[in-house]
Amino acid sequence: MLLEINPLVLPDIGLVFWSTIAFLVLLFVLGKFAWKPIMKAINEREKGIEDALAKADRVKAEMVALQSENEAMLAKAREERAILLKEAKETSDKILAEAKDKAKAEYDRIVADAQLAITQQKNAALTDVKNQVGALVVDVAEKVLRRELANKADQENYISELTKDVKLN
Amino acid sequence: MARRSVQSLLVATFSLFLATFSTATYAQHDTAQHEATAEVSSHEKKEGEFNVTETILEHLKDDHSWHLWGHTSLPLPVILYSDKGLEVFSSANLVDEHHAPAVYNGNYAYKTIEGKIRVVNPDGAVNTELSAKVWDFSITKNVASLLLTVTILLLIFLSVASAYRKTGVKTAPKGLQSLMEPIILFVRDEVAKPNIGHRYAKYMPFLLTVFFLILINNFLGLVPFFPGGANVSGNIAFTMTLAVFVFLLVNFSGNKTYWEHIFWMPGMHWSMKLFLAPIELVGIFTKPISLMIRLFANITAGHILVLSLVCLIFIFKTVYASVVAVPFVVFISVIELLVAFLQAYIFTMLAAMYIGMATEEHHHEGDHEPHYNETDLEKVHH
Repeated sequence: MLLEINPLVLPDIGLVFWSTIAFLVLLFVLGKFAWKPIMKAINEREKGIEDALAKADRVKAEMVALQSENEAMLAKAREERAILLKEAKETSDKILAEAKDKAKAEYDRIVADAQLAITQQKNAALTDVKNQVGALVVDVAEKVLRRELANKADQENYISELTKDVKLN
Repeated sequence: MARRSVQSLLVATFSLFLATFSTATYAQHDTAQHEATAEVSSHEKKEGEFNVTETILEHLKDDHSWHLWGHTSLPLPVILYSDKGLEVFSSANLVDEHHAPAVYNGNYAYKTIEGKIRVVNPDGAVNTELSAKVWDFSITKNVASLLLTVTILLLIFLSVASAYRKTGVKTAPKGLQSLMEPIILFVRDEVAKPNIGHRYAKYMPFLLTVFFLILINNFLGLVPFFPGGANVSGNIAFTMTLAVFVFLLVNFSGNKTYWEHIFWMPGMHWSMKLFLAPIELVGIFTKPISLMIRLFANITAGHILVLSLVCLIFIFKTVYASVVAVPFVVFISVIELLVAFLQAYIFTMLAAMYIGMATEEHHHEGDHEPHYNETDLEKVHH
């Protein structure tokens, strides 16, 4: 038989026995003191790396969110500033316009007052002039009337003399 | 490059050892021929002729002493168990001063015949009846090499484990730890996870132990001188033991579906089920047997190849043959390095696959049902 011819394919009980013992010892000792802690450590490290990566991603997302938030805030601030500026300008314009209006009104009032005063004074002056002219005329007429009675020539000289004195103010 | 030159050096040294050793075997056989004529008939060879087959077999086989160089061998303990009890003695007792097998009188008269310890009668003939009663648990060359592997494995992985404990998990692995971690991860990610699935963690210790035990044995087998050179993973007893462990693990972790698929294949006609059951039953055994033979044959073939190439020098009886033989030996040895890794990987992967098949949960029961059901349903729907 072939099995009897070739010693290579005939297992020796001794080696089977020692292989079994060797394998069981290895399985037990390595399983308890090597594979278990090694696999545990590797798994822990992998989990740690995974966690760290996840955390990094999360932080990155947070950063992005924060940044966009910042940007939004900035944009809002800018907008607010623009609004404020616009409002300020509007207010100032309004104030300016109001002031202008007020000034114009005052000016108008003053002008009106002045005109009124001028008119009043002019009227008073005219009245005065009229009165004086009236009085003068009466006076001159009185003197002329008095002189007429004396001399005609003198009368006329006198009149011209009088008229010289008349100063129309 | 450096590794290669080192290897060529190793091979050259090995050839030198072989040269001295083979002359020693001649001497042994010569004396054996003069002393025991009964043996000569089995070794039909002319004096001084170089027997390639015998030389190679000598190297592949187990031995009770560990040959170091020339006429120097390391004697190993012989442990025998017979009906007269246990006895332990040095294998040095089994050879005489000329390194030829000698009779040792323990509980019985023992003599090494073709590498195996046999009980001999006073006239020198083998007593087969008594020999069958003697159980040989000796620390042979292979056992010694295996124990060395166990020591190496324990040293490596206990120190690696302590490195993890010391440096914690936050730091990168260093030294031996960084060499072993990728291999451990390889076994986990390429062998265990794809074949077993989410239940892989339970089988990791077994797979890692098998993988590294085979790997270190394969590597040690490629070292041509002491303390390597034993042919442990190319020995059928060793591969058989591992295969038996795989067999036990697979069948003890087999779930209901696994056994159902073996004895009563679901989704088949009853006659088909009857037909398939014995085939599947045989399959339980052929799987581990294929593991056993694959590892044994691959490693043995590698050793035979290297030895044959070295033997070319002795066949041509000229040192110039080494010009061709040594580069080829180096080439084959480099391939054997790959094979050493590959065979450890394949053994572990197939073991993982068998475990995976035995523990797989079938969620697709419907797939095994005859398909006319589905078509009928479809017709109804249409």
